[in-house]
Amino acid sequence: MSLYYTQKLLYQLNRDAALRRRLQSDLEALLAESELTDEERRAIREPDIGLLYVMGVNGQILMHYAALRGYEWNAYLEAMREGERRYGPVRTGLYTRAEGR
Amino acid sequence: MSLVFAGVCSHAPGITGRSERADPALRDGFYAALDRMRQGLEDARPDALIVIAAEHFANFFMNNMPAICVGMAEHYEGPIEDEAWLRIKRRRIPGAPALSRALIQEVMSDIDLAYAEEWKFDHGIMVPLHFLTPRYDLPVIPVNINCQGPPLIPPKRAYEFGRSLRRACEARPERIALIGTGGISHWPATPDSGRINERWDREFLERFLANRREELIAYRDDETWRDAGQGGFEIRTFIAVAGATEGCTGDLWFYAPIPIFAVGCTVAVMSLSAAAR
Repeated sequence: MSLYYTQKLLYQLNRDAALRRRLQSDLEALLAESELTDEERRAIREPDIGLLYVMGVNGQILMHYAALRGYEWNAYLEAMREGERRYGPVRTGLYTRAEGR
Repeated sequence: MSLVFAGVCSHAPGITGRSERADPALRDGFYAALDRMRQGLEDARPDALIVIAAEHFANFFMNNMPAICVGMAEHYEGPIEDEAWLRIKRRRIPGAPALSRALIQEVMSDIDLAYAEEWKFDHGIMVPLHFLTPRYDLPVIPVNINCQGPPLIPPKRAYEFGRSLRRACEARPERIALIGTGGISHWPATPDSGRINERWDREFLERFLANRREELIAYRDDETWRDAGQGGFEIRTFIAVAGATEGCTGDLWFYAPIPIFAVGCTVAVMSLSAAAR
């Protein structure tokens, strides 16, 4: 579990144009440079926005990564809901479901 | 001179980026209140504008997260987000480095601060500036209170920071305006985006507008998270403004939940007492 590095890579992608170019041209090498699990690499690669959400990626980071990967607003919200249906509740962090919410 | 203007307003990417999807009557009322705030700001003839914001991982990450950081740059750039997504064109925003430095030094007598000579504004600052300083000609001093990545400072420290900032401003000859920008209750960037606890918001605003310190600093993050979402942690920006205007009360110019903007849209202005000006 390397949620920290998953979030760090997305944070860097969101703010660094040069790194974003590597997303297009050199994604596998980029993913290999971070301490990530296979599941995390897959979620970033596809991208599986729902899985990233369920892993506990901070929503403010994920929102911009979803936009970067071309998700329209409603599609982005739906991807998170689909993630919860498919993978279960958010595993850790601020977005775990409060009782009765 | 101290503060010549102080208020709070909401920020959210949807306010500019998804404007056509909001109820037109509510949206236009909110925009009108922001424009009234712009006019109030201009009438106060500030030399600089301090914006206390809660940024969203544009500059600061968990590798080195400051509890409170103040900008000290010649200029800033924003938005960091995609221009088309936010519908705000990227530009340079002037800073006020000498004033920043003096304020930081003074506040450091009371509160440990980080400073930054490089800062890319995200929607948390760019959306308010889009409405309040549309010519982008007023020097800005950005302040970030970490409201995203716990551990976070308790509300009491946000209030104390505001108090200290006010004292620092009083020691300066410049005319300084202050805007705090954050959400009250909201669940942004989650499947529950658009959910707003209006009752909780109105209770918070009542405490804020009356500037009842003891009630403001009594907020606990576990309760805020339960009742107001993780976005509710941003009340720290409002509480800092309350600290900076201690002894003053405020007027609510606008409040309405606008779900597609993902927040209870708020504009409020503090009535600075003669002593404070």
